[in-house]
Amino acid sequence: MTRETLVNLVILAALIGTALVAQALGEGFVVTLATKAAIFALAGVGLNLALGFGGMVSLGHAAFFGIGGYVCAILASHAASGQPVAVLPFTIAGTNEMPAIWPVAMAVSGLAAGLIGALSLRTTGVYFIMVTLAFAQMIYYFAVSWPRYGGDDGLSFYVRNSFPGLNTFDPIQYFAICATLLVLALGVCALILRARFGLALEGARQNPARAQALGIRPYGLRLTAFVLSGMIVGLAGALYADLNRFVSPAMLSWHMSGEIMVFVILGGVGRLCGPVAGAAIYILLEHLLGGVSDYWQVLLGLLLLGIVLFAPGGLVGLIAPRRRHV
Amino acid sequence: MLLAEQALNGLQYGMMLFLMAAGLTLVFGVMGLINLAHGALYMVGAFACAAVAGATGSFWLGLGASLAAAAAAGALVELAVIRRLYARDHLDQVLATFALILVFSEGTRWLFGAFPLYLTLPPALSGAVTLPGGLQYPLFRLVIIGLGGAVALGLFWLIGRTRLGIRIRAGEADREMIGALGVDIARLYTIVFALGAGLAGLAGALVGTIQSVQVGMGEPVLILAFVVIVIGGIGSIKGALVGALMVGMTDTLGKALLPGLLARVTDAASANAVGSALASMLIYILMAAVLIVRPQGLFGVRAG
Amino acid sequence: MALKTALMGGIAAMALGFGALAAQAEGVKVGMITTLSGGGAGLGLDTRDGFLLALKQAGEAGSKVDLIIEDDQQKPDVAVQIADKMIQSDKVDLLTGIVWSNLAMAVVPAATAQGRFYLSTNAAPSALAGAGCNPLYFSVSYQNDNLHEAAGAYAADADIAKVFIMAPNYPAGQDSLAGFKRFYDGEVVSEVYTQVGQTDYAAEIAQIRASGADAVFFFLPGGMGIAFMKQYAESGVDIPLIGPAFSFSQDILPAVGDVALGKINTANWSPDLDNAANAGFVEGFRAEYGRLPSIYAAYGFDTANLLLSALARADVTDKDAFRTALAAADFASVRGKFAFGRNQHPVQDIYVREVVKDGDVLTNRIIGTAMTDRADAYGDQCGM
Repeated sequence: MTRETLVNLVILAALIGTALVAQALGEGFVVTLATKAAIFALAGVGLNLALGFGGMVSLGHAAFFGIGGYVCAILASHAASGQPVAVLPFTIAGTNEMPAIWPVAMAVSGLAAGLIGALSLRTTGVYFIMVTLAFAQMIYYFAVSWPRYGGDDGLSFYVRNSFPGLNTFDPIQYFAICATLLVLALGVCALILRARFGLALEGARQNPARAQALGIRPYGLRLTAFVLSGMIVGLAGALYADLNRFVSPAMLSWHMSGEIMVFVILGGVGRLCGPVAGAAIYILLEHLLGGVSDYWQVLLGLLLLGIVLFAPGGLVGLIAPRRRHV
Repeated sequence: MLLAEQALNGLQYGMMLFLMAAGLTLVFGVMGLINLAHGALYMVGAFACAAVAGATGSFWLGLGASLAAAAAAGALVELAVIRRLYARDHLDQVLATFALILVFSEGTRWLFGAFPLYLTLPPALSGAVTLPGGLQYPLFRLVIIGLGGAVALGLFWLIGRTRLGIRIRAGEADREMIGALGVDIARLYTIVFALGAGLAGLAGALVGTIQSVQVGMGEPVLILAFVVIVIGGIGSIKGALVGALMVGMTDTLGKALLPGLLARVTDAASANAVGSALASMLIYILMAAVLIVRPQGLFGVRAG
Repeated sequence: MALKTALMGGIAAMALGFGALAAQAEGVKVGMITTLSGGGAGLGLDTRDGFLLALKQAGEAGSKVDLIIEDDQQKPDVAVQIADKMIQSDKVDLLTGIVWSNLAMAVVPAATAQGRFYLSTNAAPSALAGAGCNPLYFSVSYQNDNLHEAAGAYAADADIAKVFIMAPNYPAGQDSLAGFKRFYDGEVVSEVYTQVGQTDYAAEIAQIRASGADAVFFFLPGGMGIAFMKQYAESGVDIPLIGPAFSFSQDILPAVGDVALGKINTANWSPDLDNAANAGFVEGFRAEYGRLPSIYAAYGFDTANLLLSALARADVTDKDAFRTALAAADFASVRGKFAFGRNQHPVQDIYVREVVKDGDVLTNRIIGTAMTDRADAYGDQCGM
């Protein structure tokens, strides 16, 4: 077991342990905070696939987070009202079953990632950053000005969706769902990265010319990774919607994109469990610094600056250092 | 008449976007740096103008202060942070400048409080004037159009005709070479960054005067400026000008005309809703269209 | 998360020099979620200050209210998380303080579903007034459509033939224009929806100029209204403006400046409203905070007094009794007469105000009554 794997396990165990201890002490709200951290971590794991392993600096992943969230909220609100979502040749009905919502959320955000990725990946470097940002803004403005599902007010669905055999309103049971999905996503990512696909992606990131010479077509490879990344972030969005029983265009805003990126960076880019550590630290900072000062974001900003300038491997990089990819 | 007024509005909006985009595109073209904190410098300019105008009672002093404060903040940020980022990848640049936004925004909130500030125009610039053809139009918006045009001419002159401009163009073409030729690159970069920051600050002060001065005001404009330089091509002042005018016109005319056009095919209520939703997406659709045809932008020479 | 401000009502009582007697009845734990930072902070600060003033003026009775205040940053997800924390961790009995309709929609149904009372100090969306009404939910302020309905009624009474109407493109904006049209019988020449958070209104002003309307009705809350009025004044268009109180309330008048003078707006409260409770409120607020109260402060003040009146009659743990006590509305409202309708929204008079200058300070003065004993359009759909 490498030192990094050990660190990864410790981080996961700490997150789950925190929730269990809080539950035992009757601190329901801490469990809710841990759930939030697990969901943000999942979003970070998704972004990391594109950003860390694929080398695609997307500043538009809030689009997929928000789309996942809106899919969840729209299905749930239609299930509550009993009206079908759409009447095509076949009827699409609403649902409040999580196992039905998740695949739809992932499919729709994957589709969006396919469209946005297909266009954006025609560009590289700084164009790619700005184009992904701009597409996310486009979806944001659409959500703000489309009144059918609440527009700027957002959309509430009051009751958390259900999962067979569990009481999702109980904080610890909902945490269990989110943590399980996080672990599953980490496992899937680990498998993908070790498979041929992951190695080719890594190769295309480090040296596109050589990869091309070896017969690897970076465009298709990157697009696949981008879509997978969008799907995982979309799933996180659906879980976040259920955590709050509410979605709003804020989930689509570019601040959200920046925050997801911060989770990845705090933990360490291109490290499997980096986003888990990053999200947990972010939530912890928000909670602790937020209690000290109204202006805690100044401190967060300075901390981020410090990490970028002096500890480019993130916090996991400090504990388990390794040579940085160039 | 209505169309003429809307076209003027689009022109004014475009000129304001140009002031933002010019600095952004210069900084990227010369230093290869993506600067998310450009919107924060726009905000600094607006707050400096509001603070100085409030303290001295002179709008003109405020306007000067906005240029000076934003340029100074730009130079300071360049020396303290940005300088270390030139050799880094874009990801580090995005993050560091995102962090700068947090620091600037919350720092400004700390200094000036959470309430928006409002500027009052001097009597000489307030009110409306009657244009040939009988159209009444706010004088100050005409002043912005004029200032934007003047800045565009000034920049073309600066880049095309002066020593500094030659160095900037050389810096875009080959960074190592001009260093070898004995140009102080570090100083050149600081100057270019401060110049871009000053223009953003000026834009912030002008817009703050007609709208409001508040924390976070720079962010929507920043993203529009990105759209402008993606359309125009990164590094090109001409591209920034053309892109800014295209975005300004498309946005203004789209919002003004789309609901009316849709009302001919569907009922008024849904035409309004769909029209305004569609209008707000129009500039992004424009950007996507440009990207499909020319991924490097209209006047761009290289992609990324 | 924002600075946590935990304020005990008891401190206020002790500051007045009363010995804190052992409480006869049980107290109540109240969670206030309101906007204390960002562009909308002025509204939340006034809501909070009005509420605290009422507790302080109540002396010992006010000390039975154990109040926790947190900032929602005007973000719905933050509001939901604060509400979860207040319910799960702080175990509050009652929530209050939300300014914005979208935040209320995110918090109120979940709070009442978990058996907590909610008293609205401002936002009262139609979804909570009709079929979605709830025994635990009271709106102390109004129903969202009310002030807009009154503006429509005023425009009809004043025989304004053609109006141009405008609001942001979101549910409260659509409700606003629908409310205006419900009582307006003239011709609506144009109905325009703007972007939420829009700060440049040049395009809309061009449409107004070309519209040939006799008046403009606009609902643009917060900074949007300030930007619009300043730009409108610069544009040379002189068609009169009418709006709900939100665009002319005390917190934004200084920013709008003299441009606001003479503008007509509709409100269910005004600082010059002639009753003893209001005189005590306006004087007390000015003495305590050194500024004139806004309409949001008035709602906060009334909400606290309603809560205290119910607390004197019933114990909060007995939900039915406490609800009956709230519904009786046995308190001296700064609005004079005040009663709850079947859906637990106010039945009240709505006035027409004009912006005037009192010395150096811009403020509002009542010039007429737009509607008498107005309830709302949704009560019939409420199944309670």
